[in-house]
Amino acid sequence: MKKIEAVIKPFKIDEVKEALAREGVQGLTVSEVKGFGRQKGHTELYRGAEYVVDFLPKVKLEVVVDDGKAPRVIEAICNAARTGQIGDGKIFVVSLDEAVRIRTGERGHDAI
Amino acid sequence: MNREGKKALPRARRTRLSAMFGLALGATIAGSLATIASTAKADEPAAAPQLPAYFTSTSDPKAPAWPDPAGGAAGVWAAPAGDGKGDVPEKLAVTDLYDRVAHNLFSINFVWALVTGFLVMFMQAGFMYVETGLCRAKNASHTAAMNFLIYPLGCFAFWAYGFAIGWGNWWNGPVPPGWYASLGPGLSVLNGGIGIGAAVDAAGNATGAYTYGILGTKGWFLTSSVNDVSVMTLFFFMMVFMDTTATIPTGAMAERWAWKNFIIYGLWVAFPYCLYANWVWGGGWLAQMGINWGLGHGAVDFAGSGVVHAMGGVLALAGAMVVGPRIGKYSKDGKPQAIPGHNIPMVVLGTFILAFGWFGFNPGSTLAGTDLRISFVVVNTMLASVTATLGTLLTLELKGLKHDPSMMCNGMLAGLVAITAPCAFVNPIGAGIIGFVAGVLVVYGVFFFERIGVDDVVGAISVHGINGLWGVISLGIFATGEYGAGWNGVVRDTFVKAYGADGVRGLLYGDASQFVAQLIDAGVVATVGFVLGYVWFKFSDLITPIRVPAEIEIEGLDIPEVGAPGYPDFALHSGGRSLSG
Repeated sequence: MKKIEAVIKPFKIDEVKEALAREGVQGLTVSEVKGFGRQKGHTELYRGAEYVVDFLPKVKLEVVVDDGKAPRVIEAICNAARTGQIGDGKIFVVSLDEAVRIRTGERGHDAI
Repeated sequence: MNREGKKALPRARRTRLSAMFGLALGATIAGSLATIASTAKADEPAAAPQLPAYFTSTSDPKAPAWPDPAGGAAGVWAAPAGDGKGDVPEKLAVTDLYDRVAHNLFSINFVWALVTGFLVMFMQAGFMYVETGLCRAKNASHTAAMNFLIYPLGCFAFWAYGFAIGWGNWWNGPVPPGWYASLGPGLSVLNGGIGIGAAVDAAGNATGAYTYGILGTKGWFLTSSVNDVSVMTLFFFMMVFMDTTATIPTGAMAERWAWKNFIIYGLWVAFPYCLYANWVWGGGWLAQMGINWGLGHGAVDFAGSGVVHAMGGVLALAGAMVVGPRIGKYSKDGKPQAIPGHNIPMVVLGTFILAFGWFGFNPGSTLAGTDLRISFVVVNTMLASVTATLGTLLTLELKGLKHDPSMMCNGMLAGLVAITAPCAFVNPIGAGIIGFVAGVLVVYGVFFFERIGVDDVVGAISVHGINGLWGVISLGIFATGEYGAGWNGVVRDTFVKAYGADGVRGLLYGDASQFVAQLIDAGVVATVGFVLGYVWFKFSDLITPIRVPAEIEIEGLDIPEVGAPGYPDFALHSGGRSLSG
């Protein structure tokens, strides 16, 4: 199993969600985060003092998929989340040791 | 200013020290006042002044009608059973009609002063909103609590000693010839005070007043000697004004001012306010500059740009300097860092509440609904608030800055502060100009104080201090002379000949001496207010620390200082700098 973590621009979340649904992904977790890569931020002036906006709002989504499905899911996320402007985000893939469905106790592939 | 390295005395010793301080100070003050009061009795002004004719039916020299706790002496209301004449026209004499008309006049004035005073009291809510909105969420409860508690603290102090100092010798004030107190002759019981010299009138007879009034000494805790309906109205109206001054420093000093130190400040602030108020409004020497030194009509301040706002602003400056900037406000190389407020809609709502309340603040200061100049006062107030906001907008635009709502709100308030002194004496064009200049000044003021290291959380020093002084000075420039004939007892033949009446007029309308009087007035409030404030804040720091420890400041003052979190449901940023963006 692989866990795919994608940090994307917030306004792209609906598109990515639909793309994942078309790939047959049945669940995902979303959190609101802040961050920056090479995009960096910008400077505002607030009441005469500089106000550096360097952390930008992003959305992080996490999905767990079988190893075989991972490449297609990654490509689906990329296509949906890409704008071509800097700040589109990143995807990280992590190998997963175990997954458990709490309600039934199912493990492994049955839990995803 | 880094306070972490400072060594404090052990707590027990500090308590003993402060107790001794307090006792010594209290004893000295009480002793001096007692001595002065007893010597002042020899100079005590005469009884109530000559009354206009329509009071003859109610005033009996053998049984003075004042203080009047029930309101019957200021003219008699038609009492069908009481005086046997009731509404039977045939039985009424002309003096009875005068009585009833006089009573009506006073009634209108009472209602006016009281209801406008209610609006001013509500401004406390406006200040609370503006200040709480501009501080961080972790300090919301503490900032709101300061703005709340300042009302009871200030009111108590005003009741205990402030009113007496400020208005206890109101009768000493130079008044225009033929003038009657809009709230009734009962105010004449306010005739105890301290001053220098015995004033004489044009004929050389002693008037019973001091040449230079310094402070009042009658009316502590509003005891029976001043239990008069007119005095109560004046007390209430002046109290809500004092509370406006009292709450101004809480804005500049928010987010690091220790609660206990704030409390003793709240009980003290009536002192500088009422002292200076006595000089301008209570029959003191600044008002008397006209008759004493020929400077215009003396210091003129209609609703208190100087008395209320400049005083509050310089106290805020002194306090902000003593308490020091917030942690994280200035980077290591001294560059100011932005610490955005947590709730801008609150700031805007607060500004609207203040703007609304100002429609009580300014026109109410006629203390007379029967004085129809109130319509000019209202329009001047409104126009100044509006042009000030536009002035701020233009300044921000020309500086290439975005139209920050908090700055625009400061702009509107700056205009209101600036028009407060001249509102009755200028025409709408003058009001518009005064407001516009205020809107520009406040932007530069905020940037200036940021740059020189004074951390003013809400811009109070720029809004109230700088524009309070501008308001006082602008009166000396733009007053048209149409209103205020005989103000502060000044009637100059040259002006009467030239203009028909000697109204309050400024530089642009032919009276440069008024401008000089206003400059002196501004200079006095700036220096005296700042010195008193600075000395107090330094002294109070010895009694109880003025600033919270660093860990508390970083965590947020809500729970440590007042025990109640402002937003318990939310995870708040705790740290020197919030995650921006």
